[in-house]
Amino acid sequence: MADHKEVMRGIERHPGVQYPVLTPNLQGFHSAIAAGATEVSVFGAASESFSKMNINCSIEESIEKFEEVAKSARNMNIPVRGYVSCALGCPYEGNIIPAKVAEVSKRLYSIGCYEISLGDTIGVGTPGSMKKMLEAVMKEIPLSALAVHCHDTYGQALANILTAIQMGISVVDSSVSGLGGCPYAKGATGNVATEDVIYMLNGLGINTGVNLYAVMEAGNFICTALNKRTNSKVAQASFNTGTI
Amino acid sequence: AYPRRVKVVEVGPRDGLQNEKNVVPTPVKISLIDMLSETGLQVIEATSFVSPKWVPQMADHTEVMQGIRKVPGISYPVLTPNLKGFQAAVAAGAKEVSIFGAASELFTRKNINCSIEESLERFHEVMAAARAANIPVRGYVSCVLGCPYEGKISAAKVAEVSKKMYSMGCYEISLGDTIGVGTPGSMRDMLSVVMQEVPVGALAVHCHDTYGQALANILVALQMGVSVVDASVAGLGGCPYAQGASGNVATEDLVYMLNGLGIHTGVDLQKLMDTGTFICTALNRRTNSKVSQASCRL
Repeated sequence: MADHKEVMRGIERHPGVQYPVLTPNLQGFHSAIAAGATEVSVFGAASESFSKMNINCSIEESIEKFEEVAKSARNMNIPVRGYVSCALGCPYEGNIIPAKVAEVSKRLYSIGCYEISLGDTIGVGTPGSMKKMLEAVMKEIPLSALAVHCHDTYGQALANILTAIQMGISVVDSSVSGLGGCPYAKGATGNVATEDVIYMLNGLGINTGVNLYAVMEAGNFICTALNKRTNSKVAQASFNTGTI
Repeated sequence: AYPRRVKVVEVGPRDGLQNEKNVVPTPVKISLIDMLSETGLQVIEATSFVSPKWVPQMADHTEVMQGIRKVPGISYPVLTPNLKGFQAAVAAGAKEVSIFGAASELFTRKNINCSIEESLERFHEVMAAARAANIPVRGYVSCVLGCPYEGKISAAKVAEVSKKMYSMGCYEISLGDTIGVGTPGSMRDMLSVVMQEVPVGALAVHCHDTYGQALANILVALQMGVSVVDASVAGLGGCPYAQGASGNVATEDLVYMLNGLGIHTGVDLQKLMDTGTFICTALNRRTNSKVSQASCRL
């Protein structure tokens, strides 16, 4: 991500489309704004060990840093999205209690994040643990301010997303072609594929406004460029029958 | 609410291997089934008594049936497309059989060269013989959520075929999303119609993961009261209608989800993964199970 400035300045900004960027601290925030960003994201975690290993500080210390970002952002009318990692399990601590996820989410929401994206960082969650975690978080944060960010490392992502939707969640994170492996399980997959999520939502009659074919074309482009096979099953099935 | 227990029907040795490119040696098939018998699975579909002309992979059906260790309490059903196959199956020691119908006329014509009605008539002979021999029969309905030739399939047609097979004497009807195009939406619509004709206790779902929808589809089926789910160890078996695409849902991934829901299956996930590793090594292929991929640090 070293070329963040060039990317921000080089892309074509479509009206009505948001291009948020990650900003870990105030310095990053200022750079982002200088490069033209109009929305930012901050990353917390529901696990102390993960926080320490990842950004070398405690959860509370990290939130204090994000609070500085949020304050500056508020002054400039820049929306901030908050992410909570390890919402359904941690590569170091293992099981994560729902109350901890709720606590960290609430902290992020209170410093001014307009939305909290709950991340199953290592994809260990199941519909069972998703339901329990959301029940706890929904006591602290309005439903409309919640999103789920599921990893498909154990093949559970769509089932987990379905469970979240059944509970009223209406914001879902995903990655075209399922780009992104899992740094904690060599060779395993990471993000859920946008194509597969859209396919499911279409089948449920849920409007996303997204053109599945256009996403598949974008997926085909990036996989060709990366010389890798897509992680999207919809793309695999569609390209191989010769029909798109 | 979810069922407290789910019966997992393992179709890897039959549906899985049938759709694998390389012909698997008989001793490997037998070892596969014997290993599966150690995992806690109660139903393992062992082979298919179809003509070797059509399915060369299953040509060794008699040796497999005779070679496997038949563990008490475990059922080893076999596919029987007609009376001749049924008789050969019983002679080889089979104690349970399966018959295959479809909810699509075109699919039936392309697959077995007759109409749905004609295929059901053929099965009458099998049903009569099975009843006389006290052999339970499981019925499969293919293309329940879509057909590679007809496209959309009406839920009413699925219900009609399921009802016929159930009335003929099948103790269970396994509803197959043969090309994996179904979604939780179409699964719900189809089941709500079928459940009006066949009791939910006699229904099973057989989901293919070709479009990544299998576990979500199974989840919806469970929510509607279905408590029997078919799966294939390591997700063995591609899709004959989409070159290179995946087919059966992986048993490991299914069991992982059911464990997370607190639903009892009796299956030991680690032993299941070990079995998946064995057959993938023998087939020289990568597993289709994400749980296996994540757990294997090699």
